[in-house]
Amino acid sequence: MAGVAVSTTINGDHVEYLCQPDETLLDVLRDRLGLTGAKEGCGTGDCGACSVIVDDRLVCSCLVLGAEAEGRRIETIEGMAHGEKLHPLQQKFLEHAALQCGICTPGFLIAAKDLLTKNPDPTEEEIRFGLAGNLCRCTGYDKIVRAVQDAASVMRG
Amino acid sequence: MNFDPRLTNRSFTSVGTRPVRPDGIDKVTGRARYGADFNMAGQLVGRVLRSPHAHAVIRGINTSKAEALPGVKAVITAADLPDLTNGDSAMYDILDNCMARKKALYDGHAVAAVAAIDARTARQALKLIEVDYEVLPHVTDVDEAFQHGAPLINDAVFTEGLEEKPVKPSNVTKRTQYGHGDVHKGFAEADTIVERSFKTEQTHQGYIEPHACVASVSADGMAELWVCTQGPFVYRQHCAQLLGMEASKLRVTSSEIGGGFGGKTHVWAEPVALALSRKAGRPVKLVMTRDEVFRASGPTSATSIDVKIGARKDGTITAAEATLRYSCGPYPGMWAEIGAMTSFACYRLENVKTVGFEVLVNRPKTAAYRAPSAPMAAFAVESAIDELAKKVGIDPVEFRIKNAAQEGTRASYGPVYGPIGIGPTLEAVKNHPHMKAPLAKNQGRGMACGFWFNFGGQTCVDLNIGMDGSVSLAVGTVDVGGSRASLSLVAAEELGIDYSQVKAIVADTSSLGYNDMTDGSRGTFSSSMATISAARNAIKILRERAAQMWDIPVDDVTWEKGHAIAKGEKYGNLSPLSLKEIAAQSGTTGGPIAGHSELVADGAGVSFATHICDIEVDPETGSTRVLRYTVVQDAGKAVHPTYVEGQYQGGAAQGIGWALNEEYIYGKDGRLQNAGFLDYRIPVCSDLPMIDTQILEIPNPNHPYGVRGVGETSIVPPLAAIANAVSNAVGVRMTHIPMSPPRILAALEASASAHDA
Repeated sequence: MAGVAVSTTINGDHVEYLCQPDETLLDVLRDRLGLTGAKEGCGTGDCGACSVIVDDRLVCSCLVLGAEAEGRRIETIEGMAHGEKLHPLQQKFLEHAALQCGICTPGFLIAAKDLLTKNPDPTEEEIRFGLAGNLCRCTGYDKIVRAVQDAASVMRG
Repeated sequence: MNFDPRLTNRSFTSVGTRPVRPDGIDKVTGRARYGADFNMAGQLVGRVLRSPHAHAVIRGINTSKAEALPGVKAVITAADLPDLTNGDSAMYDILDNCMARKKALYDGHAVAAVAAIDARTARQALKLIEVDYEVLPHVTDVDEAFQHGAPLINDAVFTEGLEEKPVKPSNVTKRTQYGHGDVHKGFAEADTIVERSFKTEQTHQGYIEPHACVASVSADGMAELWVCTQGPFVYRQHCAQLLGMEASKLRVTSSEIGGGFGGKTHVWAEPVALALSRKAGRPVKLVMTRDEVFRASGPTSATSIDVKIGARKDGTITAAEATLRYSCGPYPGMWAEIGAMTSFACYRLENVKTVGFEVLVNRPKTAAYRAPSAPMAAFAVESAIDELAKKVGIDPVEFRIKNAAQEGTRASYGPVYGPIGIGPTLEAVKNHPHMKAPLAKNQGRGMACGFWFNFGGQTCVDLNIGMDGSVSLAVGTVDVGGSRASLSLVAAEELGIDYSQVKAIVADTSSLGYNDMTDGSRGTFSSSMATISAARNAIKILRERAAQMWDIPVDDVTWEKGHAIAKGEKYGNLSPLSLKEIAAQSGTTGGPIAGHSELVADGAGVSFATHICDIEVDPETGSTRVLRYTVVQDAGKAVHPTYVEGQYQGGAAQGIGWALNEEYIYGKDGRLQNAGFLDYRIPVCSDLPMIDTQILEIPNPNHPYGVRGVGETSIVPPLAAIANAVSNAVGVRMTHIPMSPPRILAALEASASAHDA
């Protein structure tokens, strides 16, 4: 099977790669580009651990083909902090202990960033439904919701 | 052990604070490396072929076509994992579960595996393996498997623990019994008796990270295994034994672990990955799909439990009895036995008897799931207790307080309790504002208690003090939820230095002595005990070095708040020496300064919790909504209270999923029908309210700081608390978990037709 040449932008950097036509964006990120922050929890779009943002849209990267990234703008967890300066969501997840094992954390942070971009002042219910595509088995979500509320407050200034 | 673990009165500086965890930054930036995030040069992709049949003889396996496929570097079957277990039946079962030998015993049982240059080639190779199955009758339901005449899973199993040795084989591997007194006499003294039968369905631990490992066996017999596990030392032992290696030649490194909850205490694919690597001569990465995780790892037992409890008019329980049947999968376990031990552990009983039966079924091998076996027993017992309290006419909290175990009570499973938290959690619940909040139509409130033993076990740590005065703490208990933060706090506390000066890591199996797994809520309990012991050993050396620097007798040097102090007026001109100052001189005063500790952490204090839950039920659809949830639990001493709260909340959320929604659904063909997160639906963010917590601290007398394990007890009460809430909301006693909408509707309809009749 011949590879597909893809030219795309990931976390602001121009990136080119060859991938197989049936290869997912998640596989490309993890196995070809070494960006292992997105996790494969299910491979069927049910857990959100592989969440990335493609052209301002939150997606499960396990449901997107690597070839579909051509000409797009992709944001992953690796691009969320600016150097040593954490994004307010990252900082608040730490302060609130909104993670235990941490496997779902990159996906939650990406999904929460997307949520706050679209709705900077969400109610608790809007946060809960906005993050309902991301599974966490450790926390019971309580501290995640509080961290997002706190980060939203900081980001609104 | 040159260490006194007994509780001493003291105030705390670091312990009880809530700093950011040392592994936090890596986890919010995507840098933390989990099981599937590690790669080696020349690595192959491993994949496992699994049985589509619930029960079948494997007549033959032809791997020649798969081996001929370009890019395939190794194909293995059970023949490549010869039986080296030497009569150890438990290890033989582990081996057989890793790779079926004569029979496939459940849908998903591994029968062969390949290693190939990429995932696509590996998948193609699996399709080329030909397995000749002779399909046998199967049984997946615990009650059906219990019956005489059920398809036999292993005809060499004769029930143990019966008075007379049975003449026929059975799916019941063992009968166990616990209790004391005379239940017949006790029931005769009762004014009111409640007797009911309950069922719970099988659930999975549901960790978001699938099992993953990278195995590398070299030509000289040395091997490395990178793996997500709760117990790298146990994985090393098991893998080494199954592959015929010396343990010291296998170095196991535990990756960051993406959830385990008991499910990562058992080897599954790791011996297979090592066998593939050995055959291919290259490293092999093996990652389970979610489908494989559901079909072939975990889950907990399905159960069927009968409970009978009697009480006098004044509310005193006179007798309590339970018969518990727990599914084990196709291999013997001790799951019903644990259920039988925990059933009535919350209560002070004169007459109590519990009987457990371990039942084989054609389902995956049962694995531990957070306080394994206790939630189902608590569901049955706490439901019956609630019903009995109502019949006697006493408030359910008061009824439990009246019968609660206390210090000096002989537990139903044998030992006599020291200071315990069941009474205080009940008193806290009784006075909690949640209990007094109003309820609307179709809403119900329930509460229930839970118990877990907790465990200590073999533990060791190394505490090394660098020349800059910073402290490296190497522990052997895998950090599943923040224990590196809590253990750093303990080291800082004992040494009298700042938390930021301590960095805890989880060591690999070649860098530290043997540690039991992170199970039984032992991580922080046992490793903090070893950390305190190691810190005290380091302090002894620090005092010696200070004495040397001052040229005074060591007995004149004490250790206070991170400093060596010269005692007595004659040393008035000697300023205290800080840990940092002593460490800076270590190169000329005797070399590196370290503290080690190897111990068995005995005396894990038992743990109790009481939960309150408000539920709304839609009588039209049977759907439910959790409105409010409160956890009250004894922590002994909360080392990092935020992570203690996290354990309480997480256990409650898992219990809510189990109570209302989660279950393995098998078809008549014996195949699992919902092996994915879409159809096996764990609670999502919008399903839950905030989960309130109240930490009680009744110190454990067997730990220097009073610490008790906190990880597991929180999953014990929810099934019962929610069942009591739903039962109160709809006015019908719910007896089958999960209380999914169809079950609630069926219960409502059965009740309505009973009233009509």
